[in-house]
Amino acid sequence: MKWDIPLEEWVHPGNLGCQGCGGALAMRLALKALGPDTVAVIPACCWSVIDGLFPVHALQVPVFHTAFETAAVAASGIKAAKVVQGRKTTVLAWAGDGGTFDIGLQALSGAAERNEDIVYACYDNEAYMNTGIQRSSATPLGTWTTTTPDERPESRPKKNIMEIMAAHRIPYAATCTPAYPEDLVAKFRKAKEMRGTRFIHILSVCPPGWKMPSDQAIEAMRLAVLSRVFPLYEIEGGLSYTVNLWPDEEVAVEDYFRMQGRFRPLFEDPALLEQVRGHVEDQWATLVRRHERTHPADRSAPIPG
Amino acid sequence: MSERHLLTGNHAAAYGALLSRVQVISAYPITPQTTIVEELSEMVASGRLAAKFITVESEHSAMAACVGASAAGARAYTATSGQGLALMHEMLHWAVGARLPIVLSNVTRAMAPGWSIWSEQTDFLSQRDVGWMMLFAESVQEAQDFVIWLYRVAEQVYLPGMVAMDAFILSHTSEPLIIHDQDRVDAYLPPFEPLYDLDPAEPRAYGGLVARDHYYEIRYKMYENMERAGPLLAEAGAEFGEVLGFPYGAVDTYMLDDAEYVLVSAGAMSSNVRYAVRLLRERGIKVGMLRLVVFRPFPFDEVRLHLGGRAKVAVLDRNMSPGHSGIFAQEVRAALSLGAPATDVYGYVLGIGGRDIRVETVIEVVEDLLAREQPQRCLYVGVKGLPIGPARPGAEIRPLEPLRSEVAP
Repeated sequence: MKWDIPLEEWVHPGNLGCQGCGGALAMRLALKALGPDTVAVIPACCWSVIDGLFPVHALQVPVFHTAFETAAVAASGIKAAKVVQGRKTTVLAWAGDGGTFDIGLQALSGAAERNEDIVYACYDNEAYMNTGIQRSSATPLGTWTTTTPDERPESRPKKNIMEIMAAHRIPYAATCTPAYPEDLVAKFRKAKEMRGTRFIHILSVCPPGWKMPSDQAIEAMRLAVLSRVFPLYEIEGGLSYTVNLWPDEEVAVEDYFRMQGRFRPLFEDPALLEQVRGHVEDQWATLVRRHERTHPADRSAPIPG
Repeated sequence: MSERHLLTGNHAAAYGALLSRVQVISAYPITPQTTIVEELSEMVASGRLAAKFITVESEHSAMAACVGASAAGARAYTATSGQGLALMHEMLHWAVGARLPIVLSNVTRAMAPGWSIWSEQTDFLSQRDVGWMMLFAESVQEAQDFVIWLYRVAEQVYLPGMVAMDAFILSHTSEPLIIHDQDRVDAYLPPFEPLYDLDPAEPRAYGGLVARDHYYEIRYKMYENMERAGPLLAEAGAEFGEVLGFPYGAVDTYMLDDAEYVLVSAGAMSSNVRYAVRLLRERGIKVGMLRLVVFRPFPFDEVRLHLGGRAKVAVLDRNMSPGHSGIFAQEVRAALSLGAPATDVYGYVLGIGGRDIRVETVIEVVEDLLAREQPQRCLYVGVKGLPIGPARPGAEIRPLEPLRSEVAP
């Protein structure tokens, strides 16, 4: 594959991200695709810290920090002003899983229903990591967090945010992860060229919260995709599904779970592990069926872009 | 030329936004505010107003959209009421801290439960400590003009402002309204030229993480600008008279010069207070009215000047801070404590949940005031079956007795 990720950097070297932070990697790649005529809107999340302490900040685009539940709507307001002023600036809402799946869902649904002309990216590290690893509705079944301790690990499956967004029939929704940088950049590029609400769901490793060494951060996100726990796909118009990566090797879900301390309850409860494996298989099968309905002749559509 | 129309307070507020040439409107419907946003929707749809209207899914989002739009350099407007203003509360703080000159019209409404859509000021006054400029409109004309007046000053001090208009009594009552000539409003209120507008050519961060060595100074600048807002409102209020024919100030007075007794009022009830004052004067009672127009920044000097040395002051509060007293009464007492000739302040709470404040009600209050000899913290007017008095019979404030020093046996 041809490597065509731009060399220009829009994130200054040096920021307050933890070692191995998937959110920091994702922002760097996303801005390479969106370019400098972008405004970033950041609600309460790790990135409200990563961007830096006043008077310095890490991004080379304007950043508007806003309240936890308002990323999508503050971005809508900024976009409205830019339109009134006759500017074509891309407005990027950049929120964590708490700010997207939980507290920000109402404003996100409102923006998506109105089809606001914004790019909304959720970097999902599957818990409230900035406040010290509390569970969110993005936390997977069987996971340890500080509010789902070993004795009572997370008892519900992860909320399917992609299906919620698809139900709004927005022009574009896609999953990606910085472990597949060409795919991530291609999806942000594609999003940039479209109009309306574009939603990008980024699986984003958090070594301190996932209880794993930071030098395995990329490996963890890669195994999430290969084990089909986090498939890479796109939904256009809410109905057309395209799987972008077909894992060609058999990677067991245990290979992904075992490298992370947060999944230790799964290895102490075989029934729970089987339940999780069943969810992953069902979700993958559903996705494949939808892909095949969209692409009757072609089972392996290429990576976009 | 300016035109005279018969319109409601809500339509007047919409005309205030139209004449101010707002660029982004974001609002959520709530009774009794709805006709403001209906009127604005038509103005935008017909092209009379060149603005983007964002029909959000909540008041919290309405203010968040205004925050985003204003930060990006647009003149932003919203309108709400009661529960909606309460839901906005977090973003009201954000608008101030981000130093955004947004203007909001709030139709003051009683808080639930029980569900009430009727007039009360507690929703508005609960936002007292957020840091918005706060004005109370008495008439349909003021419901329109205060929007324009506020933008003028808000964009000088980079602080937002809100106008209170009484539910139904002002929002849905038609009165003659002068809709100003657009050219004259343009002369009074120039286009918004923001200092910062999220321009990618100047990639700054706004509102991010700040440590203890900077936060206080950032806030201090905000407090300082709120102090500047007082004289600027006075200046802009006088200029409103010169350019548009209606002079405005922090307070409004009626028959005050020789008054021994003063009624302190705010909002639409002031019209009945004014009429009651005239009737009481016919009976030979030397009474006058001080109407608070600007509530934040609080007109300390005007209150000390007009109230100090009067025989008695009665503060009429269509609101209540449980465990203390009506909010205007608290504010008036606090201002008088800063050095003013002695006077006694009597707090009266009335009109809660839209209960009528009639001319007769005001006369009853003055009769009660004349009969009392000890200033009272909080006297309730018009509770069914009860005379005017404190919450518990016999709980009147009494002259203080000296503290006893002996040890109990």
